[in-house]
Order: sequence, then C-alpha cells, then structure tokens
Amino acid sequence: MTPRKLLYLLPLLAFGALTAWFAAGLGRDPHLLPSALIDKPVPQFELPPLPGYAHGLNTADLASGEPQLLNVFASWCLPCRAEQPVLLRLAREQGVAMRGLDYRDRPEDAVAWLATAGNPFRSIGADTENRVAIDFGVYGAPESFIIDGQGRIRYKHVGPLTPEDVRQTILPLLASLKGR
Amino acid sequence: MIAEIGHFALVLALCVALVQATLPLIGAARGHAGWMALAGPAALAQLGLIGLAFAALMHAYIVSDFSLLNVAQNSHSTKPLLYKISGVWGNHEGSMLLWVTILALFGAAVAACGHSLPPALKARVLAVQAMIGLGFLLFILVTSDPFLRLDPAPLNGNDLNPMLQDPGLAFHPPFLYLGYVGFSMAFSFAVAALIEGRVDPAWARWVRPWTLAAWSALTAGIALGSWWAYYTLGWGGWWFWDPVENASLMPWLAGTALLHSSIVVEKRDALKSWTILLAILTFSLSLMGTFLVRSGILSSVHAFAVDPARGVFILALLSVAIGGSLLLYALRAPALKAGGLFAPVSREGALVINNLLLASATATVLIGTLYPLFLDVLNAGKVSVGPPFFNATFVPLMIPMVAAMVVGPLLPWKRADLAGALTRLALAGALTLLVVLIACWQRGGPSAMALAGIALAAWAVFGALAEWAGRIGLFRLPAAESLARARALPRAAWGMTFAHAGLGVAIAGMVGASAWVDERILTARPGDVIPLAGYSLSFESVGEATGPNYTARRGRFTVSRDGHVLGILEPEQRHYTVTGMDLTHAAIRTSATDDLYLALGDGDGSGALTLRLYHHPLVPWLWFGGLMMVAGGLLSLSDRRLRIGAPATRLRAQAAATA
Repeated sequence: MTPRKLLYLLPLLAFGALTAWFAAGLGRDPHLLPSALIDKPVPQFELPPLPGYAHGLNTADLASGEPQLLNVFASWCLPCRAEQPVLLRLAREQGVAMRGLDYRDRPEDAVAWLATAGNPFRSIGADTENRVAIDFGVYGAPESFIIDGQGRIRYKHVGPLTPEDVRQTILPLLASLKGR
Repeated sequence: MIAEIGHFALVLALCVALVQATLPLIGAARGHAGWMALAGPAALAQLGLIGLAFAALMHAYIVSDFSLLNVAQNSHSTKPLLYKISGVWGNHEGSMLLWVTILALFGAAVAACGHSLPPALKARVLAVQAMIGLGFLLFILVTSDPFLRLDPAPLNGNDLNPMLQDPGLAFHPPFLYLGYVGFSMAFSFAVAALIEGRVDPAWARWVRPWTLAAWSALTAGIALGSWWAYYTLGWGGWWFWDPVENASLMPWLAGTALLHSSIVVEKRDALKSWTILLAILTFSLSLMGTFLVRSGILSSVHAFAVDPARGVFILALLSVAIGGSLLLYALRAPALKAGGLFAPVSREGALVINNLLLASATATVLIGTLYPLFLDVLNAGKVSVGPPFFNATFVPLMIPMVAAMVVGPLLPWKRADLAGALTRLALAGALTLLVVLIACWQRGGPSAMALAGIALAAWAVFGALAEWAGRIGLFRLPAAESLARARALPRAAWGMTFAHAGLGVAIAGMVGASAWVDERILTARPGDVIPLAGYSLSFESVGEATGPNYTARRGRFTVSRDGHVLGILEPEQRHYTVTGMDLTHAAIRTSATDDLYLALGDGDGSGALTLRLYHHPLVPWLWFGGLMMVAGGLLSLSDRRLRIGAPATRLRAQAAATA
C-alpha cells in the first residue's frame, strides 16, 4: 500500500478505535459507574449555600449517621425537572434525608427554580465552579448518590429517578443501610 | 386489531427492505435491468407499509387505546389532541418508528422523482437506503416494539411529561429527524458512488437537493429546540452545550461543510473524495445523534447503554453502517480521479477553509461530548466539559469562519485577487465599524467578546448584502436593469444571501442573549408598578385558571412604555393533575428588537408573589436568523438547475475549463 492509500484508511482506523472504546464502556452497568467510587468515602469538600439559604454542603454533612441521598441538579437541566416530583415525594412522604448539589449553575437561577418547583433538600451546596461534581465523577445532571451513615458512597444512579427506580432500588437500599 | 396490523406491516416492510437491499445491487453489478428496476417499487412499498404502521400507532394514541403499553405509558385521555399526536414520537419506541417512516419517505421520494438518475446509480442508492432501513426495522422489532399489548389494559394512561406538552417540542423531533434522516440520502449516494467508483459534477447535482432539504430541516429543528428551551427553561439561556444539544449540532456542522464542499464538486469537479468522506461522516454523526437522544428527549448520553440489549444492538448497527462505509471508502476512494486544480486564493480555497474550520469545529464538539466518556472507560477519573471548554475552543474557530464566509463568495473560481475582493467589501467594512461604534455608545463599552460578536454579525449581514448588490449592479447600473438582474439571479444565489445574512442576524441575537440581559427578581403584589429597561409593568391581578389537564395560578400584568399601553402579559404557574408536576409557564412579549420575559414564582403567604423579570435585547433575532437560514436553504432547493437535469452546455464548458 502506498502512503497515499494509507491516508484513506485513517477514518476507518479512527472509527475502529472509537467503537472499541464504546464497546469497552458498554460492558459496564452505567448505574454503577464509576466503580472506583463505590464504597469509598465521599470526597473532601466544602460548598457555600445558595443565596438566601442558611446551609451549604460539606463532607461532614454527608456522614451524619443516617443514610442520605445526594442529588446533583441544575436549574437548566430538563430531566431534573421531570425528576423533581419524585424527589419531593421521597422527601415528604418517605422522609428520606436529601442533599442537593447545584451543578454548573447560576445560584440565582437555582434559587428561583427551587422557589417554583419545590425544594426537597435539607441543604444545598452551590457548585458554581464545578469542582466538587468532578470529584464525584458527575458527567451530567441529574445524578443521584446514596451515601451511608458513615459517609461512604454506596450507589450511584445516572439520569432522572423514576418512581420504579425509587420503589425497586432506592428505598430497599436505604432501608437496608438504615437497618445496619 | 389495528395495532396488530401495524406490527404485521412492520414485519412485511422488513422483508421488502431485505429484497430492496440485495437484488437491485446484484442487478446493478451484472447489468440486469429488471433487477435494478425492482428498487423503485420496493421503496414505494416500504413507504406504504411503514406508513401504515405509523398510522396504526397514531390511531392508538388518538383514540387512547391503553391496551398498548406504549400508549398507556405516554398518554392520557384528557390530554389535548395535539399532544396525543406528538406523544407518538415523545418516547423511544415511537420516535424510532418516526425515524424509519421518514427514511421510507426519502427512499420513496428518490424512487418517484429520480427519473434523471442513471438506473444503476438509482438502484444502488435505493439498495443502500434499504440497508439502513433493514437495520432500523430490526432494531425496532427486536428491542423496541411500539405495539406491545398490556393485559389487563389500565383505565387511563400515565400522561406525557408536561414538559413535553408544548407546541415547540411537538414539532422539534420531526424536524430534527427529517434532518438526520435526510442526510441518509447523501450517505446512500456517497456509498453508491464508491461502489461505482465514479464521482462527477452530475453526481453532486443529484445529491444536492437531498442535502439541502436535510440541512434546512435540521436547522429548523435545532432552532425550534433552542427556542423551546429558551421559553420553557427561560433563564435567558438558549444553548447549554448539553450532550443532547451537541448531538444535533455535530451533524449540522458536518452537513454545512458537506453543503459547501459539494459545490466544489459540482462546479469544479474537485474535492471529490473529501466530499464523499463528509457525506459518510455527516450521516454517521446523525446516527450517533439519533441514539444519544434515542428515548425521545429526556435521556442524554447516559441512556446510550442503560439497556444492555439495546446498547449492543446500537453499537453493532453503528459499526456495520459506519465501519462498513469507511472500509469501502478506504478501498475505493483512492481510485477516484482527482479534479481541477486551483490556487490557494480562490473560491475553492475559501470553501476549503470553510470546510477545515467546520470540520475542526465538529471535532471539537465531538471531543467535548465524548471525552468524559473516554476517561471513564479508562478509569482515569471523570471530568466535566462545560461551556468554558466550548467558549475557548469552538468560538475561536467560528470567528475566522464567519469572517471568511463573507469574502469567499466574492472570489472567482480557480485563481482570485484577494485585494480586489476586499475593496468591494470596503463599504460593508465601514458599516460594520459604524455598528460596533453604535454598540459601544449604546452599551457603554461592552465586553470584548460582545463587541467581536456584534462586529461579526454586522460583517456577515453587510457582506452578504454587498455581494448581492454587486451581483445585480445596485447603484452601479440603472435601477431597472438592477431589478431585471435581481429577477434573473438564480435562486441558489438568493439562498446563499439569505443563509449567510441569517447567520449574521442569529449571531447578533446570540450576543444579545448572552451579554446584554437585564434581569430582576422581586416580590410584588397586585397594584404594584415595576419598571424595567424603559418598560413599566403594572401588576393588575392574580387569580385561578383551569386548562384541559392542569390547574393554574395566573397573574395579569399590563405592559406600557412612555404611558402607552403595549399589551397584557399573563404568566402562569401550572399544576398538572395526573403527573402531579408543577410547571412555570412564562409570559413573553416579543418586539422587533427585544423580549420582555415574565415568570411567576411562589407567594409569601401575605398576597405578594415572587416575580422574575427579564429584558432580553436582540433575542428574537436568534430565531429570526435561524428562519432566514432555513429560508435560504429552501430557496436554494427550489433552484432551477436542481429541478431540471444537468444542462449539457455547462458540462461541455467544464470539460473545456479543466482540459
């Protein structure tokens, strides 16, 4: 093959590499990603509150002795809106302790959005700079983490939570963590 | 019963696709006229069968047949008719069915309108088209059957997510799909050309209408989606560099490059293998876009592998389609004859720059979208790629792109005089400077980024007008002659002027939306008067309102300026009774130069309400510019040379020019 012909092979090779990458990613259950973080303590961080709110969020808040749900959301995030009623029900009817991480957002927007959509969270950290979300391995909003009483990440859910997710996975997991 | 007919029609369509994908191809290879001619009727039969299946699902939605799982999950008997219909594609299974319906529509259009196509090329194009259809029909029947029954049938459905019950969103997916699927035609033509081993100006002219139609539809789809995001999410945001949005932007960028490089193939018989590659890549990105948002709207990249069975199927489908065509490209493209030569400074040169910048921009967005996933697979930790990344990489690529876009059309083919072209743009340059000065004066020294944006916008608009004025000899020739020339101007030239100027108008809107927003958050009670950016809003009253499937609190505001009443704004806060979701429905007053945006928040218990008020200057231009670009695409589509076969004289002239 002449070098010129090799040039025409380049797109195929690039695509082959891309496919291999996807195939490697496909074997993993995205709900469990990244496996590296599961059962590890949450990263060290300290985030300020949203304007008008009393409490922000830090590492100690997530190791309070009871299992909690940490939800990554943003005012601009559409699936978060779809998820909000589910979160509200979890907080109000099931009494689940929930914390919020406001992701890549303008704090004022988040405040306004929570005022109209309802706030299920005990406290919210404003991650304007997107520092903490990176440590948590967040790719997009919404994502939810279940964190046990000792502050270890036990489960990660990617994408909006549906009532089925809550029934089948979230509530049983929270109950088992509580029972321990 | 009707659902079963729909299901059966899909299975039949699969069988027809199998025939259409194989026999015409063999016929074309062996010179069997009868086998080649099979492709046309097969394509029409596919449209009939898939159309029947689509109609069956639509019927189930309209009559609210909740014995179908898909309908029960996504519809409700009280939903307005428009959203019952749009509910058909508001979910994964239905949207896939819409995808193949549009695919069949394009295939049938080639079968019905492609009289001037050589029979072998037509047979091969339709066979490739059928292969795509085959893959998708299998995907639907194996992993995403929309006709699954539910026993016992529930009394009512779960309702469509209220967020999706919106006119903007009802039409967003069909347009997007028209665009994605439309690029399948360019792909099929490219693969057919590779099989034949020949690409010539006539080929470029046959592909062009399909590419133009797809590009126009995709432009409209993206604009609709962005408009919807703007008025639903309404924080003045219209683009978030979300993976879902990027998925539609990438084929658009690649498709824009394709649109321009195919001009070079058509006029100068050059850049052939690059154009073929672009056609393959554009459709590949469209396929990716389809699957990144494959459950309709809500899921994003995450959804790619949420369901392992579907994930594996999708990956296999992508590998076969993209890998197969790229392999064919590697084998056959080197044999394509190189075309006419050109100097770096020439129309061709400008179009090459356009292509390089657009291709780099596409690669940038691709990297920004997929990079986090790559790192994840490597277990190298996760990063998030957000607006800062794109602002630092994408925007710098677009600045020279738009700057060069104005100069390119003024350069002649083969060899050009850059200085001469720039002289003809002197007036446009002076007007641009004037606009920048006015912006400085009006806005009191705005940011460098905003100024650069405004300069680009003005340059694009005035540059497009200058080119158009030069063509018709405006002010240089008598008015009557200019008018006659304008009338004789090919529609394609009009199309270019519209599209290029439209991009400039849209850029102005982008600057207004990101740099010049005025916002206020406050609490007010009926009787209050609130000033904002020269307007004054008086809060008249607040009351209850009822919609078909929601209840709402509705505020009433009178907008006035300098004592003149301009209109009424009625923002609502809606509660959707079935899903239990609360949604803010903002009220927007649009004028030629700005938007007044008002959203209602919670009460504080004492009768006062939280209000969010925005003044968005120039924002309406964003959508208007998008509309102009679509109009440009459609104008160009209506060009005479695309409707009528290739004029022989031009071919002869071309042969003489290249000789």
